[in-house]
Parts: sequence; structure tokens; C-alpha cells
Amino acid sequence: MSGLTQGERRELRIVGFLCNWCSYGGADTAGVARASQPTDLRIIRVPCSGRVDPLFVVKALLNGADGVLVSGCHPRDCHYGTGNFYARRRLEVLRRFLPVLGIDPKRFSYTWVSASEGQRWQTVVTRFTEEIHELGPAPRFMDAGPLEREIEQPASSPLHSLDSASLESLAALKQAIASRLPELDLVLGWQEGRDKAHLVPLFIRTPEDLDRLAIGPLAVHNLAVYLPELKGRKVGIVVKGCDGRSVVELLQEKLISREDVEIFAVACHGTFDTGRIDQALGRYQHLESVRMDGKELRITCDGRERHFSLENDSSTKCLHCKTPLSPLSDHSFGSAPSVGEGDSTPPDLARLDAMTLDERRAFWRSQMERCIRCYACRNACPLCVCRDHCISDTREPHFTTQESTAKEKFFFQIIHSLHLAGRCTGCGECQRSCPVGIPILALREHLIRVTDELFPEYRAGMTVDAAAPLLTYSVEEPHIQEREW
Amino acid sequence: MNCYRFLAKDALSAFLAFLAERERVLVPVEKNGARSSVVFEEWHEGLPFTMLKSTVPPKAAVLPQCEVLFTCRRVPDEGDQNRHVMVLDDTLTAQPTVIVATRPCDARGFAVLDRPYLNGLYQDPYYAARRKELTVLTLTCPTGCESCFCHWVGGGPSSPEGSDVLLTEIEGGYLCQSVTEKGRSLLERSALPDGEDRLASMQEARKKAYQSLGRAPDLKTAPQRISERFSDLDFWNRWTEACISCGACTYFCPTCYCFTITDEGDPAHAEGGRRLRSWDNCMSSLFTREASGHNPRRKKAERMRNRISHKYATYPENWGVFSCSGCGRCVSNCPTGIDIRAILLSALGKEEDMISHGTQSKETGQ
Ligand code: SF4
Ligand code: SF4
Ligand code: SF4
Ligand code: SF4
Repeated sequence: MSGLTQGERRELRIVGFLCNWCSYGGADTAGVARASQPTDLRIIRVPCSGRVDPLFVVKALLNGADGVLVSGCHPRDCHYGTGNFYARRRLEVLRRFLPVLGIDPKRFSYTWVSASEGQRWQTVVTRFTEEIHELGPAPRFMDAGPLEREIEQPASSPLHSLDSASLESLAALKQAIASRLPELDLVLGWQEGRDKAHLVPLFIRTPEDLDRLAIGPLAVHNLAVYLPELKGRKVGIVVKGCDGRSVVELLQEKLISREDVEIFAVACHGTFDTGRIDQALGRYQHLESVRMDGKELRITCDGRERHFSLENDSSTKCLHCKTPLSPLSDHSFGSAPSVGEGDSTPPDLARLDAMTLDERRAFWRSQMERCIRCYACRNACPLCVCRDHCISDTREPHFTTQESTAKEKFFFQIIHSLHLAGRCTGCGECQRSCPVGIPILALREHLIRVTDELFPEYRAGMTVDAAAPLLTYSVEEPHIQEREW
Repeated sequence: MNCYRFLAKDALSAFLAFLAERERVLVPVEKNGARSSVVFEEWHEGLPFTMLKSTVPPKAAVLPQCEVLFTCRRVPDEGDQNRHVMVLDDTLTAQPTVIVATRPCDARGFAVLDRPYLNGLYQDPYYAARRKELTVLTLTCPTGCESCFCHWVGGGPSSPEGSDVLLTEIEGGYLCQSVTEKGRSLLERSALPDGEDRLASMQEARKKAYQSLGRAPDLKTAPQRISERFSDLDFWNRWTEACISCGACTYFCPTCYCFTITDEGDPAHAEGGRRLRSWDNCMSSLFTREASGHNPRRKKAERMRNRISHKYATYPENWGVFSCSGCGRCVSNCPTGIDIRAILLSALGKEEDMISHGTQSKETGQ
């Protein structure tokens, strides 16, 4: 760089994560050669680019860094063999994740510089610093104002028909469970909860328990969440299509074993967005009846009847569901609706797509304000595997602050989303469980879209003997286009 | 002497503006998201608010999700350049606050918090400062609802406990009744017209609300019966099976008051630190995990037992009342639909009440 504005312009805060073996050496080589370099970069030396958790990058960007650069050994040159192959996948996913958070992806870059490439190092750091100066200081998350424009949620039509057909399988399902019950320790299903409009999980051990089994469009819970804690016992589980994918993912990650689980797959014809039903019912005292007929649900409470239809009031995940029947099963019931071609963008995500980066920050800030960090979203996720050792509240290490600002709460959503990248099946339990209705599923849906683009041959939760894309690598990455410097 | 004033619906905003002249005013605001929810927010002119029961109780007004207890900083000693001293700042800030249109169960929640925080062995200065500056204007409930049960646990849709003023909706507006001296002076300072001529409508509305409630089971024996269940782990296991240990039930509860303390660096000062106090909850396994790694409540059933026992056995043993105001938020906000009423009744062997209440029995009959 020309160097002429160096003394005058305000320094920005750029964080560089450099691997010990190559890039740190490269920076050193540049220094020894007295190559002129901008001074905005603060270097953090790490053993390997594979050590750079994408969360380090997001944490820096959320907490005032204007830019973050990660640099490691060139692919095939990793000191540890494969660290940078993993890093490349993770960092590319991260780069594509940033926009949905309202963070300009240009503020983050990753590259490879070997210990002998002093000159390349000089080019990389100079270019990147220049680019960050063109962008100027990063806007702070907590400075985001309210979202000023109403952004319509685009209508989307389902990929398969939605109706109450799954209810018809109940008798056959009960019969099958009854015959298997003596061999199994328990079977997971649903039952009526505090009233007929609210189903809850059911743990079936006896024929009397089985009598209470309920299925259908109000059976929303993904029961796969219970499987890891029941490991070692023979468990039957009733699954919808999406729940079945969670079971597959758990099997794939060896969190449960195939011999211990017996899958009763019910062809699913859609579930209701129970939050929307609760909202429409409002405050009521007595629920008189719940009737499901075709696509229509009629709920009568306090003498008033209200109608819901799966077309208008289904969970948004059902609109783009391609797996109405579990990809893996031991018994299956009902016939699955045929799935249409194409992809549809989930409505909440389409709404975010229509926003500018500033608007997305404003959106997330205003939504996250009301999070009370109950972590229902985390605990309802069948694939959140750390359970009692979550990085967000463990003291070893003390990675996140206890401070309860919208920024910290948002950071937790980012932690959860990134930990699920490539593993999340889009089951929607995180969002369904949030008592204050924060539309957090959109973050996961965006990541699903990103991993679909990068690893089109893989879909989470479809095959047991596959490997999640971020837990593996390939030497050539056909879908990752690295930047030139 | 009670003071009665009438607040016409179209005078609501002017009344809030009057309150806001002196204090921070918190009102329920409806939020749209994946599902709608109602949270308390600071009122300002033009803010759309609602009179609906909030999803999140206004507990944070006295017990914030997170607060700084003190900050400290290492600075050079003025007298001796070779030494450093630690400067500690524990200045208390308590903003005068008035909560408008909370419900009787939430107001009773403040009374539950007051006992340990104000009248326990040690008074909590942070809580005390905020509580002293708090005024509670409560909207009495027009009816009960399917998930709430205040009248089981000593409250009711018009219970005055914990409130400074009760507002009851009547034709055209709200009848305001002072409960405390604080409430009375507030009403007297206001320009609200006299409301004594409308007492009959107020009583009518409250009577209707009371009559709308279902039969309340007798919970007198609860402390004893629940204590007797202590070692019956089968019982607790059965009722906790569906629990995912998230903690929503406690964080949304107006009477839960456990916290944790964390020392952290201070982002504002490289050489500084701060002590934070934040909500904690007994449903989380970290809650009782000791530094050694030992955890006396490793199983979720043990944690559920703790929560239920605290609410219906040990707190009453200490204070004579339940630490539950029956608001029903743990029922309506639990992602797996666990119903505390059902657990309570089952512990008491009162399953018939459960069925009459529409709450399913999970007893397997063995
Ligand atoms: S992150 Fe959400 S959508 Fe994805 S698997 Fe977990 S609960 Fe399901
Ligand atoms: S469930 Fe909702 S309120 Fe609870 S931690 Fe998650 S986002 Fe926050
Ligand atoms: S809200 Fe429900 S699932 Fe969560 S900890 Fe409480 S009882 Fe368990
Ligand atoms: S429990 Fe229900 S009826 Fe009772 S005060 Fe609370 S909201 Fe009102």
C-alpha cells in the first residue's frame, strides 16, 4: 500500500488469527524483511487454523472488531495434516452465515500464507486492511435502532398436501406398539395434556398408557430429544418425518445405538403451529371440544368455536418439508403424501432476505431483547449434545459473559446455530419451544441453505452411515471458491 | 382509608404520562414474533401497549436478569507510585418505577420475594433499594383461565397482596382502589375523578371473576405430603420424564428468586473486574454442581423434587405461605407441557381433582 495515509487515518481494529506453523512465520518473514504493513491488525497466534472456532470470529465481530482475518498453512501443507481442510469448510460456512446476522461478510476473510511467503503476507494484510477501511468502523449491534419498515412475510405454498390423514394410522400404530411392548422398556409417543388442544409427550410402559396414545397434527414435539438420555434401554419411538431425521442424525453421530431403538414411523401430513393456535384462542377457561376434519381444526372454548386450517396455520417447517415419512423405520403407518419438486424458502428467512444488513441487525436486536435466557430452545433441540456442559453457562472455560444484553443473547443463538451447522435437520423445536416467540429458526434455516449450497450431496438426518459435512473434509472442494488476493 | 378513583379508558395515556413525569413506567407490550408474547417495557408517548396478562412477569423490575453488584479497578496509589490499590464501586442505583397493569398473581409474586429478600436473616440491599422505589398498579382479572390457579394457593383474581393500587375494569374504564399508603398518595396526586359512585360495578366485576373459578382443592396438607414423598424417587421420575431441564418454568415464575454470582473482567477497564448477579434456576444441573464436580441433584427428577418441595413445602415451612402465586406460567410456557398442578395433586393423592380440572392423570395404576 502507498502508506501515505497511514499516519493520518484512524486505526481500525482488525483481529488476525494466525497459525503458529505457517502464517505466523509468514508475518515474521515479512517483518524481518521490513516490508511495510498497516498497523491495524492485532495478531492472535493459534496452533492451527483448525483451532479457530468460528465463534472466535463472531465473538470478535460482535464485540467491536472491524474486521477479522484467519490465516493458516496452505491446503495439503498443514503441520497437523488436515486441520486446515476442516477449517476451510467451517470458515466458508461462517462467511456465508454472517449476512443473516446483519454482519457484512466482507469484514471477514480467511486465507493461507506459508512461513516463507513474507510478500504474500504483506499483500494479504494490506489488501484486507484497505478493504476494512473502505467499509469504515463496524456498526455496533447494540446501536441498532428499531426496524423501521414493515417487511411483509411472503406467502409460500407447501411442497406436499397438508391434512389430518395421519390420524387414520392410530389404530394400526397402537396394535403394533401393543405387540412390541413386552420386548421394549418403553415407547415414546404423545397424549393429551392439560386439555385436548395441548398434546404432551407420553412414555408408554403399560397397555393403559398405550390407551392414551394420541397422534395427528397437534403432536408437535420431537421426541428424539429423549433418546440420548435413555441410551442403554430398549426404546420405541413414534416419529413424524422430521423427527425421524433427528433419530438418524443421532444414530449417525453414535449418540444412540440402532439395536436399542425401534422406530414407529407415521406418515405425516403436517402439524399445526401451536403458538399461533394459542394466540388465536387467547385467554379461555374451559375447552369444550377439539375436532379435526380434513384440513380443518375446530376448537370450541368458553362456548366459542374457532377454525384453523393446516393451509394457513401449519408450522412453517411443514411448508418446505420433503420428508413426510421418516427415512429410517422398523414399522411404518399410513401413506406419505407425494412431495412436489423444487425448493421453497421458509417465510421467516425470505423476510430476512428482503432486509438490508442494517435492518437485519435492527430486527435481531429488537427480537433478542425479550429473550430471558431460559434455554428452552437449546434443551428442546434433539441434537444439542453438550447438555449439562454448554459453553454458554459453563465456567470452564468462562467463554460467555452472564451479562444479559440483547447482544449476549444473540451470541447464544449464534453458538447454537453454528454448533448445529450441517447437523440441523430443521425440525423447528428450538423455535417452537421459545415461550416469547423469537423467530430463531430462521438462523438455522439459513445455515441449512448454506450447507446445501456447499455440500449438495448431503442432507442432515437422511443416512446413518454418512458423515456430517463439518465433521469431515475433502482435499478438493468443488463448491468452495476461495478468494484471490 | 381507601381512595377510589375512576380512570376512563380514553384517559389512560394521560394517566401514564402523569406517572412518567416522576418515574419509569412499565407497561405490558405485545410483541410479534414466531408467536405473540407480552412483555413489560418502559412506556413513552405513543408506545402501543396492551392490558393483556404478560407472558413474562415483571419480576425483573426488582430482580433484574443480570445486575452489576460492584465493579473494581486496580489503580496506582496516589501516595506511593510503587503500590496499587483496588477501588471498589458498589453504588446502588434504584430507579423509581411504577408497574401498570400487572396481574394479582404477579403482585403476590413480589410479596413472595419480599420475605427472603427483605425479611430474611439478611436484607438484600440491592433488592431492598429497588423494592422501596417500586409502585405496583395491578389490574384485577375478569376471569380465571385454563392454565392459572391463584385461588388454589391463597390468592384470587382480585387479591390485593403486593399491590399498591388495584384497577378493576368496569364500563368505560377502570375503578382504581388504593391498597397502600403509597397507592393512596399516588391516586390523590393524580387528576383522576372520584370513583366512589362506581363501587357497585367494581364489586359486581370482582364477584363475576371469583365465580368463574373452578373448585379449588384443599392444599393444607401439601407441605407434609410433599415432604413425605421425598424419598419416593419413582414418583418424581414419573412426573419428570418429559422434562428437558430447560428452566423456562422458573425464569417465567414470578416467585422464583434464585441467582448465581459470577466474577468477570470489566470490558470498560483492562485492569478492572465486576461481580454480576444473574438469574439461576434449580432445574439446571449446573445449579448445584459443586467445585469438586460432585452434584447432589444430578438427576432431573431430583431437581423437579426440589422445585416442587421449595414451592409447596419448605417455603411454607419458613414463611407460612406457598411460594407459588398460581399464575400458571410454568404450565403455559413449558415446552413439554408439564403441569405443576397435576404433580401437586398427584403428590397429595387428589387425582379426582385433576380430572375435574381437565388435567390428565399420569399415574399408571401400578
Ligand atoms: S437447531 Fe432447531 S431446527 Fe435444528 S435440529 Fe435443533 S431444534 Fe431442530
Ligand atoms: S427459548 Fe427463547 S427466551 Fe429462552 S433462551 Fe431461547 S430464545 Fe431466549
Ligand atoms: S419448563 Fe418444563 S421442560 Fe423446562 S425445566 Fe421446567 S418443567 Fe422441565
Ligand atoms: S392466576 Fe390467573 S386469575 Fe389468578 S391472578 Fe393470575 S392471571 Fe389472574
